[in-house]
Amino acid sequence: MNFIDPHIHIASRTTDDLATMARMGCLVVAEPAFWMGYDRSGVNSFFDYFRQLTEWEPKRCANFGIRHYAWMGINAKEAENVGFAREVIAELPAFLDRPTVLGVGEIGLHKCTKNELATLEGLVDLALSRGEQMLFHTPHLEDKYKGTRMILDLLAGDSRTDRSRVCIDHCEEHTIGLALAAGYWAGLTLYPTTKVTPERAVDMIEMYGPDRILVNSSADWGPSNPFAVPDFMFTMRRRGHDEAAIRRIVYENPLEFLRQSRHFDFV
Amino acid sequence: MSTPLTAAEMLDREFLTFRAKLVDLAAALDRIDRAEGSVDADPRIDQLRRGLELLASPGDRRAERMQMAFSLPDEPTVAGGLSS
Repeated sequence: MNFIDPHIHIASRTTDDLATMARMGCLVVAEPAFWMGYDRSGVNSFFDYFRQLTEWEPKRCANFGIRHYAWMGINAKEAENVGFAREVIAELPAFLDRPTVLGVGEIGLHKCTKNELATLEGLVDLALSRGEQMLFHTPHLEDKYKGTRMILDLLAGDSRTDRSRVCIDHCEEHTIGLALAAGYWAGLTLYPTTKVTPERAVDMIEMYGPDRILVNSSADWGPSNPFAVPDFMFTMRRRGHDEAAIRRIVYENPLEFLRQSRHFDFV
Repeated sequence: MSTPLTAAEMLDREFLTFRAKLVDLAAALDRIDRAEGSVDADPRIDQLRRGLELLASPGDRRAERMQMAFSLPDEPTVAGGLSS
C-alpha cells in the first residue's frame, strides 16, 4: 500500500533510507524546517538550510520516485532569540513562494517561554497575513499539555485562523482531544520514548475516529524511525482494521490536508 | 471507529508483552534500589509511584490520566488566561 509521510526530516536521512522508504510504498514526504541540534552562527545559516529543503532534498527524493515538499519556519528550539528570529522572519516570504513549499512550519513552543511565544506570534502573523497553511510543533513530555493549550489560545485569539488548514502535531492521549474538538487536524508522531508508539496511535484512532488525523514519523537526527508509518500500517492491519481504513489514515487524510496548500500539486 | 479484536483476543495476543513490560519496570526500580545513594527525595520517584497507583486504578482512559500525571499543572498561560 502506498503512503505519505506528512512530517519527516529528510535532511537527516541517508540515501539508503530513501530507497527503503520508496520500496515500502512512500510516494510523498513533507519536511518541516527543524533545529540542527546546535546554535546557528547567523541568519545566513537558516537561508542555506531553507535552500537545502527546497533545492537539494527534492532532488534526492526524486531519485527514488518520492515527491518532496517543505514547510518553512523557525523551530521552537531556535525561537528564544527574538531579534535573531525577526531577521529570519523578514526573509521567509521569499522562501514561502518557492514552488514546493507548503506553508509555515514547524513552529510552536518548546519550553513555553515569553520569548518563544513572541517569536511564534510573529510567525503566525506572517502565515495568516499570507493565507499560508501552518504546522505546529507541540512541546515534549511535561510541557506538552501546557504548550498545546498556549498554542490553541494564540490561534483562537486571531479571527483569521482557518482551523481546517492547521495541523497541531505531536499530539498524545491528553492533547489530541483538545486539537480535534477545536476543529484542527491532529498529528500523531510515531517516535520512541517521547511521543507515541504505533499501538497507541491505533488506540487513539479507534477512540476518536479517523477524521482529521495524520500519522507521521518525524524521523530526524535523533532516535527515530523513517519506516514508522509502515510500522503503523502493519499494526493497524494486525489489530484487524481493513485496508480501506488504513489507506484513509496514511494516504487519503494527508492528501486532504496537504492539498489545501497552493503549491501541493501531487496527483 | 470500532476496535475489531475482542477483549479476549487482545489479551491472548498481548499478555506476554504486558507481562514483560511490568517485569522490565520492576527490574528498573530494583536497579535504582541497588545503586549507591538515594533518590527518595527526588520528585520523579513520587511521580512514578503515583503512576503505578494509577495503572492499578479502575476506570478507562488510563493513558490520558497517566499523561496528565506527568504534565505541568494547568495554570494560566502566558498567552493570556486559562484556555477554555
